[in-house]
Amino acid sequence: MAKELTPQEMLRIDLTPPNRDWMDIPTVIKPGIYCYPAKPEKIEIVGMPNPHVWSPLDDDWGLPEDWKETFLQGMRERLEKHRSFKIFMDICVRCGACADKCHFFLGSGDPKNMPVVRAELIRSVYRGEFTKAGQILGRLAGGRKLTEDVLKEIWYYMFQCTECRRCSLFCPYGIDTAEVTIIGRELINLFGLNINWIQEPVANCYETGNHLGLLPHTFKQNIEFMCMDIEEFVGITIDPPFNKKGAEILFVTPSGDVFADPGIYTLMGYLMLFEHIGLDYTWSTYASEGGNFGFFTSLDMAQRLNAKIYAEAKRLGVKWILGGECGHMWRVVHQYMNTFNGPPEFLEEPVSPITGTKFENAKSAKMVHIAEFTADLIKHGKLKLNPKRNDHLKVTYHDSCNPSRGMGMFEEPRYVIKSVCKHFYEMPENTIREQTFCCGSGAGLNAGENMELRLRGGLPRANAVKYVHERFGVNMLSCVCAIDRAALPASMEYWVPDMKVCGMSELVGNALVMEGEHDRPTDLRGEEIPGFAKAEGEGEEVTEDV
Amino acid sequence: MAARILFPLAVVLAIVAVALIGGSISFLQPLFSVALLYVAFAIFFFGFIAKVINWAKSPVPFRIPTTAGQEFSLPWIKWSKIDNPSTLGGVLMRMFFEVCLFRSLFRNMRTDLRSGWLIHSPTKWLWLLALGFHYSFLIIAIRHLRLFLHPIPGVVETLDAIDGMFQIGIPPLYLSDIIISLCVTGLLIRRLFLPKVRFVSLAADYFPLFLIIAIITTGLLMRFVFRVDITAVKALANGIVSFHPVVPKGIGAIFFVHLALVCTLIAYFPFSKLMHMGGIFMSPTRNLANTSRMAYHENPWRQPPKFHSYEEYEDMYRDYMKEAGLPLERE
Ligand code: SF4
Ligand code: SF4
Repeated sequence: MAKELTPQEMLRIDLTPPNRDWMDIPTVIKPGIYCYPAKPEKIEIVGMPNPHVWSPLDDDWGLPEDWKETFLQGMRERLEKHRSFKIFMDICVRCGACADKCHFFLGSGDPKNMPVVRAELIRSVYRGEFTKAGQILGRLAGGRKLTEDVLKEIWYYMFQCTECRRCSLFCPYGIDTAEVTIIGRELINLFGLNINWIQEPVANCYETGNHLGLLPHTFKQNIEFMCMDIEEFVGITIDPPFNKKGAEILFVTPSGDVFADPGIYTLMGYLMLFEHIGLDYTWSTYASEGGNFGFFTSLDMAQRLNAKIYAEAKRLGVKWILGGECGHMWRVVHQYMNTFNGPPEFLEEPVSPITGTKFENAKSAKMVHIAEFTADLIKHGKLKLNPKRNDHLKVTYHDSCNPSRGMGMFEEPRYVIKSVCKHFYEMPENTIREQTFCCGSGAGLNAGENMELRLRGGLPRANAVKYVHERFGVNMLSCVCAIDRAALPASMEYWVPDMKVCGMSELVGNALVMEGEHDRPTDLRGEEIPGFAKAEGEGEEVTEDV
Repeated sequence: MAARILFPLAVVLAIVAVALIGGSISFLQPLFSVALLYVAFAIFFFGFIAKVINWAKSPVPFRIPTTAGQEFSLPWIKWSKIDNPSTLGGVLMRMFFEVCLFRSLFRNMRTDLRSGWLIHSPTKWLWLLALGFHYSFLIIAIRHLRLFLHPIPGVVETLDAIDGMFQIGIPPLYLSDIIISLCVTGLLIRRLFLPKVRFVSLAADYFPLFLIIAIITTGLLMRFVFRVDITAVKALANGIVSFHPVVPKGIGAIFFVHLALVCTLIAYFPFSKLMHMGGIFMSPTRNLANTSRMAYHENPWRQPPKFHSYEEYEDMYRDYMKEAGLPLERE
């Protein structure tokens, strides 16, 4: 398992595939790479098919009698429903441009992790079962029949893709292997073969409203705890509104930030920001999840979980919705939500109550990203900031896959971060913005049991972080994604020890000068800030000669 | 592994052999020219349209462009109008760069692992080979219009003149012939010798390459070695386009081989990966504007979602909510 491999051992990666036909290389499911199967009760809660107990290491996966029929029928249906899927099954020329663009291939050297092969796993079934040439010529036409081994192989590799779309950027026809994975996972879910790390959050989100299964009072309490921390570190009292009818704005963020370090500091940043500008907003315990693990299950499930956001906005009578920092949440919000559950006629076109800026780009879906919102505030000089409080940090920024390649939000977070941090360094250009590398744990793969996979997939990102760490002494990796905040610390601990991870809004929170604040010798983590931590009798000049 | 390469090679050689025989027997010549061409074109024409219609029948339920630059957002943020278009004009530009200049392929780079560092370096080889191949193919196809059109349109003449301006050898070697030969060889070498590309290559990838190589070879042979009576070929071509086909005497067998290979390519087209020519225009990650939050995109098969409503939620957790002081719809 991963932890037993040293980084040096892990780095023995051979990126040259063997001189064999990929169909001849048997797939061996390895511990450390795969995730544990979904618990039947978590499947039952949302009424998905074939809940059962099974193990990927067993021969018998407990497939229903007619599984083959179901799979092929499912494929046929999806070919009819998605032009993307149909075209992507037909037009790949296997030029290889995408081959070395996937972080899982680069980190593992497993040739079936080349995006083109990942898609070929399914394309070969398409050719073998649906096209005349494939039916007659079989392998000569690149076709193969659907067997249990083939299904297992598809399962294994669909859960080694984080749907990051990096491959699609480089494909001359825009073939998006993430799209193939999304549909591949839908097919897998016809047999109750999801992984638990996805299914449990889905079930939780369905019932309690958030992935972590935080009950209404716990959700509220957790946020109140953070207010207590703010009181201690900043000296101001915040009383955040919950489920408040008639508020102007509904705020939705991933629940990871309500619960886990270092996401909670990002959430403290939100609380301070809203207090600072006197925003009329509300949290919701019902729509308490921005993230959407349904998206990693099936589009149908994604739609069902997403539906709560608009429903709650309607119930509370808000004008528009503000969304927190999260990667795949924003893929869903930006590219799917309006189509899934909109258009939300009951909302108004978003206008910042502080600056009067109209968010033109969100005028139909009526949901604005916190980075867009904050950038606008800063641009209009509405925030009192003291960037010196972040002076001890040398910051770089990790573009999350989804806001990058499924939205294109690059400048807003950079503008915000540069406004609150003096020392900012970019990672090499082929590893940022639209070419960004995944953290390695997206799309529901941030479990514990697949740590080797996560560390391998995290290598390309970590490698670029290591570069700026060694070159410029960067010590803080910022991002706008809750999965990043949950996943990158482990990857950093392994590949780039000493690197810390934070959200954009944490940096904002640290720099905000709040009305009525007391001396703030520490940051939001309660750690002393060099130069601000006044030893007795000494002032700020301590820093001068350091 | 070998079968992937040898099988398509054998098929191409078989086509050459059969056409060579057929082309040498005069009563079979109409079959190997006129009939073959009509059939091939019909298959191409109807096959292509059928495929495109088939694709078009599947809707685009979601707006999923791959955004390759800064989104349209706040007015003071510089927006990447082409790589992340939010207007029709932007999409057309993006498609133009994609289709005509292979924009995405131009981004290509290779990543190597050297002493613990992943090195990403730009590589333009594939882009260059692909661009060279496609454009010389296009020019050669246009040049061939000379055989079919009367009078020969000015553009075709001009193109011909430019293409042949280097006057290398007699008859002059066309520039496009040189470029396509180099590019196709380069593409084949990639497939055969780059381990990653070889690993993913199928018979369906070698077959068109071998076909095209054979087409180029027979074309050049006709021009330089086994000279073919060009007036006779023109007469044949004229007959074909005017639907009064005659097969003049004295056309060398090599011509029929060339034609049979071309016909194979044309007829094979709609059923193969060569349909990327049509597919690129319809790829939803490229041809959609990034207006996902700006404009409603309708999904024709959308079903209203079954979700856990607020009422059910409150019923489930009312006591907790009450205790925590959260507002309730019903006490
Ligand atoms: S880049 Fe596109 S066409 Fe080339 S191998 Fe990858 S998916 Fe296929
Ligand atoms: S979407 Fe990302 S993880 Fe999936 S195959 Fe493409 S590059 Fe790899």
